[in-house]
Amino acid sequence: MEFVDNREDIFPDLRVNIGSLEIANPVMTASGTFGYAREFENLMNLHRLGAVIVKGISLHPRPGNPPPRIVETACGMLNAIGLQNVGVDRFISEKMDYLAGLNIPVIVNILGDSLAEYREIAERLVGVPGIAGIEVNISCPNVKKGGVAFGTDPSMAAVVTKAVKEGADVPVMVKLSPNVSDITLVARAVEDGGADSISLINTLIGMAIDLKTRRPVLANVIGGLSGPAIKPVALRMVYQVASSVSIPVIGVGGIETTEDALEFLLAGASAIQIGTANFINPRVSEEIVEGISKYVVDENLPSIRSIIGGLSINDG
Amino acid sequence: MSQYQEKATVSRVEQLSAKNYRLTLDSPDISGAAKAGQFVMIRTGLAKDPLLRRPFSIHQTSANGQFQIYFKVVGRGTDMLARVKAGEIMSVFGPLGRGFRIKKNSPAIIIGGGLGIAPMLFLAKSICRLKTDCSNDHIILGGRERSEVEPLVNDFRQFGLRLGLATDDGSYGHQGYVTDLLKSLDLHPGYTVYACGPEPMMARVYSICKSGSMQCQVSVESVMACGMGACLGCSRMTKKGTYTHVCLNGPVFNAEELIWNS
Repeated sequence: MEFVDNREDIFPDLRVNIGSLEIANPVMTASGTFGYAREFENLMNLHRLGAVIVKGISLHPRPGNPPPRIVETACGMLNAIGLQNVGVDRFISEKMDYLAGLNIPVIVNILGDSLAEYREIAERLVGVPGIAGIEVNISCPNVKKGGVAFGTDPSMAAVVTKAVKEGADVPVMVKLSPNVSDITLVARAVEDGGADSISLINTLIGMAIDLKTRRPVLANVIGGLSGPAIKPVALRMVYQVASSVSIPVIGVGGIETTEDALEFLLAGASAIQIGTANFINPRVSEEIVEGISKYVVDENLPSIRSIIGGLSINDG
Repeated sequence: MSQYQEKATVSRVEQLSAKNYRLTLDSPDISGAAKAGQFVMIRTGLAKDPLLRRPFSIHQTSANGQFQIYFKVVGRGTDMLARVKAGEIMSVFGPLGRGFRIKKNSPAIIIGGGLGIAPMLFLAKSICRLKTDCSNDHIILGGRERSEVEPLVNDFRQFGLRLGLATDDGSYGHQGYVTDLLKSLDLHPGYTVYACGPEPMMARVYSICKSGSMQCQVSVESVMACGMGACLGCSRMTKKGTYTHVCLNGPVFNAEELIWNS
């Protein structure tokens, strides 16, 4: 019998480990760009995702900021949504049944105004079926208090991490702000605080001005920059952080293509998150899973894990 | 609710005035599923800049799988779109949002101002298809000047409805506002008014409807990134004091649900 190398029949090994959490492939959707997943069910195959990270949840519902909340900028966009969300109780009662039925790991992004709030949200999520992990947002630039303050002070970041770890019964990923002078300090503090993994970067703080009206475009004045414009910054920070901590790093920032995703893996990320690109092509995350799969086959890699941190740096 | 990301071929580009264009796209899935008042998100180029899709209301659909958009060149995205050539392929996502809720047993007044005329052609078609009696229905179109109204008028004549025309400068039709023409009609509470246009126009239309106890549906505009409820960028305050989202709960709203600055 003749052996036919039918590449369509090859299922490459795309599994990666985020601490104790093994996911089927390294592609996750970034918080705040993918709703509660259901919004995308008619547009893509949700089951292909490595994990889904849902819109940030606070202890109490938040209405969000007044409009305008978004503005397009060169190769990117600014947003000041203001963490509009239904609050943890309604999230559990209204959104979790659907998410739990997806059979993919669901990571819940949480945010608070105080240590007590962070801890309480983590506690309310204890025992809720279908939650594979918590991502702690200590880096949102668009709310008056909390958020970014926890993300820019290493000791505060460590304390928040510890509080969530004490409250939670699932692995904890901490999402870092790039709006600091040395991100490795915050990363190490978060690792010391007990984080199981680190995701980065959140948005870079930016601003847009309307010359005609001489006013800021965003009602919130400042907002978070995302999209391909921030990819080089994100890559650099992922590289720096992956080199200075021993817990897994998840790369996020301007990823639009398979190539972008692979670059983050080379820089040391164990997985990646797709954010703004979901707005432009709701199928992009599934396409990147397909692209990574093809790459592993075409390059004859034993698994996708073999390229994580595989960046060659020429010292000479 | 079916939504599609379709590779649509541009079949026709019409320049209707100095800055206003009409594009016809071959897009059978989207045009087949679309309802009057819904919109599409179009990628105006494949590069990273401009990054986001642009929302456009659906101007009209045809039975042969095409739909049209009518737009004005206002920025980089629309400028690129105006330079598109027949035969080019564009990524189109839609149909999106909630369209007009056509009241079958209520006489209709369709009001379009400026670019707000765009969705009203689809609406007029749908109304004439759904309703058996259109004898008391009206269409009112307005703009700042002749070039904003005249090129579209012939398409609206085919319905046999009474057509009122107005321009701010009087270069075409009545000199003044569409609301002057609205007020001149023999209005009664049975009417349903459907309006799309600049915010001040819609606010005045609504206030006339309110005092005349008429139903009023408006199609509003917003900046948005995704068009499908993921970015939460297109928020608009409602009378209840909560934010609604134009892409999911609109773009067509009952005017009474929204807050209007007069």
